[in-house]
This record gives sequence, structure tokens and C-alpha cells, in this order.
Amino acid sequence: MTQANTVGRAPTSPAPTKILVALDVNGRQRQLTVAPWTTLLDALRDHLDLTGTKKGCDHGQCGACTVLVDGRRINSCLTLAVMKDGAKITTVEGLATEGALHPLQQAFIDHDAFQCGYCTPGQICSAAGLIAEGKAKSADEIRELMSGNICRCGAYPNIVAAIQQAMGTMAGRS
Amino acid sequence: MINFQYARANDVADAVRMIATDPTAKFIAGGTNLIDLMKEDVERPSGLIDISRLPLKGVEETSDGGVRIGALVPNSDLAWHPLIEQRYPLLRNAILAGASQQLRNMASTGGNLLQRTRCAYFYDIATPCNKREPGSGCSAIGGINRIHAILGTSESCIATHPSDMCVALAALDAKVHVTGPAGERVLAFTDFHRLPDSSPQTDTNLHPNELITAVELPAKGFPANYSYLKIRDRLSYAFALVSIAAAMELEGGTIGEARLALGGVAHKPWRDSAAESALRGQPANQTTFEQAADILLRDARGYEHNTFKIDLARRGIVRTLTQAAQATPQSQSDKKIR
Ligand SMILES: Cc1cc2nc3c(=O)[nH]c(=O)nc-3n(C[C@H](O)[C@H](O)[C@H](O)COP(=O)(O)OP(=O)(O)OC[C@H]3O[C@@H](n4cnc5c(N)ncnc54)[C@H](O)[C@@H]3O)c2cc1C
Ligand code: SF4
Ligand code: FES
Ligand code: FES
Repeated sequence: MTQANTVGRAPTSPAPTKILVALDVNGRQRQLTVAPWTTLLDALRDHLDLTGTKKGCDHGQCGACTVLVDGRRINSCLTLAVMKDGAKITTVEGLATEGALHPLQQAFIDHDAFQCGYCTPGQICSAAGLIAEGKAKSADEIRELMSGNICRCGAYPNIVAAIQQAMGTMAGRS
Repeated sequence: MINFQYARANDVADAVRMIATDPTAKFIAGGTNLIDLMKEDVERPSGLIDISRLPLKGVEETSDGGVRIGALVPNSDLAWHPLIEQRYPLLRNAILAGASQQLRNMASTGGNLLQRTRCAYFYDIATPCNKREPGSGCSAIGGINRIHAILGTSESCIATHPSDMCVALAALDAKVHVTGPAGERVLAFTDFHRLPDSSPQTDTNLHPNELITAVELPAKGFPANYSYLKIRDRLSYAFALVSIAAAMELEGGTIGEARLALGGVAHKPWRDSAAESALRGQPANQTTFEQAADILLRDARGYEHNTFKIDLARRGIVRTLTQAAQATPQSQSDKKIR
């Protein structure tokens, strides 16, 4: 696993000035001062103490770091915090409302859709993005559009079942 | 990641001016390839010029019936844009075969063209690689080369271009609009990427100080008879070993115009006019498709671990042309190859 703010070799140029970034994170206005190379993932975890979002690979290959930016799911390890200045970020910590679990969180519990739980925040945020896109209908389509989230414990069948349940719940509500 | 300065471009002229004043800086759009390579110290730009807010996000019809795609249109929005779904389903399917939905939400049209090879030695700064360090040698030629090229290779480099979207854009005869200090120019898609020859460090014919502004599709989109087949080690979220884009016009079982492009086999999306001529005017059957495949692969050459790609490509071409002719394009969610 890569550490935050990895410096692969000694800096050869003068240290760049840190940049002030404003983010709406889970409905709260946050301001932080970050070096340009701080990824959105490191900003959330190390600067804002929102450690629900996980770092698996740090290279876009696992989906553990999935968050919603302006309602769309992305890999927070492959974008810079400075690039998202002004954006609205939703992490797994921001899904529940007024003490009630998000239908996806409830469905993951109901279907036992995890073992170690490390991939789960990314799975849930990704599934929230998938439902908002409205493209996946069948189980095959859910599997394909969730393929950016790897589960080392292999909880895939239960994850698909949980997403199907949450799709039903959310469709019933709207 | 090394130290770098960050600045945001406000418009196209601004971006071009900024790169002209610092040639060691790089544009950043989605960041999905550049940030990855910066974390590995493969790319070491002195500065990043953030172009992600430039107003190049439209997908619009052109006066001659084609479509102009802004360089910053995300891959996901492009795949699901009504104009693309209806008129260029080959492009939609190729995009949806690539990466993951999260990555497609980030990846831009321009950045996809400029993504770099997935050769493991290119990524590993401890090993020689002519593409990363010109003159240091190619570790893949005598090393592990299972994913490498079988066409258009050179003694300097046998890397492949990893994009799926570009295979469809090559088949569809797209054009690339770019702006530089000297103004605008337009490149045919097949002239955009280059073969490695003795300078594999240069992936494309884009000048380092030029910005891609748009990709343009001509009117002809082959929405009736097309297919994109991607063959890979796992069924999703993996790069192609071989991918095939096929499209044709059919009149009562006879092929009119035909397009055939391959990914995963060369340093650029591979198109071959001789193979396409061999399809034109012929009956749409297995014999015709096999002949076209043999022509396309006539100069194919395998290395120690990738010779299987020649047979795989041959069978893949025949299968994809068959799917296109039968109007049963490969599904990107039900993965069975029929
Ligand atoms: C885990 C993983 C799996 C993937 N799988 C696939 C796959 O299966 N198929 C596939 O096709 N792709 C795949 N990709 C690659 C992905 O499609 C590319 O990384 C993406 O398209 C690059 O676009 P970007 O906007 O993020 O580029 P960036 O990373 O922002 O930029 C890439 C390069 O292009 C330059 N650039 C960007 N925009 C412009 C412009 N307008 N003008 C001039 N220069 C520009 C940048 O300077 C940089 O050098 C995968 C990526 C990852 C991380
Ligand atoms: S194939 Fe090309 S990219 Fe890979 S090691 Fe050889 S020179 Fe480098
Ligand atoms: S940590 Fe971002 S995809 Fe693995
Ligand atoms: S629950 Fe352990 S990785 Fe998915």
C-alpha cells in the first residue's frame, strides 16, 4: 500500500505553495490547504479524518476509494483534491440520513454482502452511483457495471443481491 | 509523486499559452492515466495544467451529418449519449468494454487517446525501457511479452496501445482536432498514433505543445451491422489481449463498405486497407472473413509468450465479422461469445 503524499525521490524543484481548496463534503462546507499532489482520497482520509473511504491499490484498480463527486462515482485515488475545488463530495459517511441507514447499507447487512468489509464503503458508494445512473437492470448488467469494485473476500453474489434489494426499495420510494 | 506546480487553464488559448511557457509541464484532464504514472515516477512533469474545466464538453451534430465530440466529454457520457447510442453503437460498445464505470466517469475523450502503454517494464523504473528512457533498451523483447504486439513492432519496442475507444474511432474514420501555438490542425485518426520504429518514446503525432480540442465522427456510423469483441484474461475491468471492431454495409448478403480495426496487437489501433478491400463486394460468409483475417495478419509475428495472439486474432476477426453481418453485436454485459 502506498503512503499518503508519496514522494518517490527527493524534490528537485522548490516546494510548490500549498493551495486552499473548498469542498462540500457530506453536506458540510470544508476548507483545507493541501499540496498539489494530495489526492482526493488522501485529503478525505488524512486531512478531514473521513476514514470510511478506503485505500486499496491507490492506482484505480480496486474501487475501494470510490466516492460520489457531484453525484457521479469516481476513484478518489486518481484525482487531485485541488482539481475538485468547489465540488460536492459524498462519502460512505454521508449516505445515512437522520439516523436511518441508506437502503444500500441496510441491504448489505440484510444480505451479508461482505466478509472483511474493506471493500464495502467503495461497493456501497459505487452502487449508489449505479442506481443514480439508471442503466443497470438485470443481474448481468449490475455485475458488469459494478466490475470496478473488487472484493477479495468474494462476496459478489451477495453484493448483487443487496443491490437488487436496494434498487427495489428505492424505486418503491420515488 | 514528485513536486510539481498546479495551475488551472480558463480557456483553450490560455491552456496553449501555459504549455508554451513551460514545455516540461503537462495537461491533466481526468487524471486516470497521468496521476497513476506520476505515482510510479514514470511521468515527472514540472507542472500540471488543469484543463478539466475547459468548455470542451459538448457532443454536437456537424453540418455534414457527423458528430463533434469535445475533448473533455467523459467516456461514460459519450457512450450513453443518444447520438452515439443511435448512430455509432460500435463506439458505445468499445467504450463500455474499457476500464470501469468509475474510471469512465473520470476519463476524457482527449486523455483516452493519449493514455500510455500498459507494458509492465514501462511502469517499472528499475528496468530498461526505450519508451520511458530512450536508448536504455527494451526489456520486453527478451522478457515477459505475453501482452505485447504482433504487428508493426520494431527492434526498439513491442508495446501495444491499450485503448478500446480508439479502436472504434479508427474503424469509424474519426478526425482529431488540435490547437497549438501555430493555430489549429486536423489529423486523420489513423495518422494520430504512430508505430514505434526507432523512437518509441513518441506515441503520437501530436506535438507536445498542442491541445486536443475535439474528435469528429463522419456521418457514416454503421448502426445496423457492427460488433466490438474484446478478449481478455477476465471478463471485465481488464485490458484487451486482442480486441476487434468490425462494421459493414450489407446488401442482400453482399458486403458494401467494410471496416475492421484491432486493439491489443500493435502500437496503434490497427487498420489494414487490404483486408477491408478483401471484404468489399464479397458474400458475407466465413470464407470471406477468413481471407480478410489472413490478409490482416500476413505480417504478424509472435514473441516468446504472445504467439497465441495470432490465432486468437484470426478467430476473433472471423467471429466479430460474423456477429456484425448477422446484426448480433457482442453484448458488453452478457459476456458469452456467440
Ligand atoms: C485500472 C484501469 C483500467 C483501465 N482499463 C482500460 C481499458 O480496459 N480500456 C481502455 O481503453 N482504457 C482503460 N483504462 C485507461 C483509461 O481509459 C485512461 O486512463 C483514460 O482514458 C485517460 O483519460 P484521462 O482524461 O483520465 O487522461 P489523463 O490521465 O488526464 O491524461 C492522459 C494524458 O493525456 C494528456 N491529455 C489529456 N487530455 C488532453 C488534451 N485534451 N490535449 C492534449 N493532451 C491531453 C495528458 O497530458 C496526459 O499525458 C484503464 C485505466 C485504469 C486506471
Ligand atoms: S515494449 Fe516498449 S514500453 Fe515495453 S519495455 Fe520495450 S520499449 Fe519499453
Ligand atoms: S484505491 Fe482507488 S481504486 Fe484502489
Ligand atoms: S468484504 Fe473483504 S474485500 Fe470485500
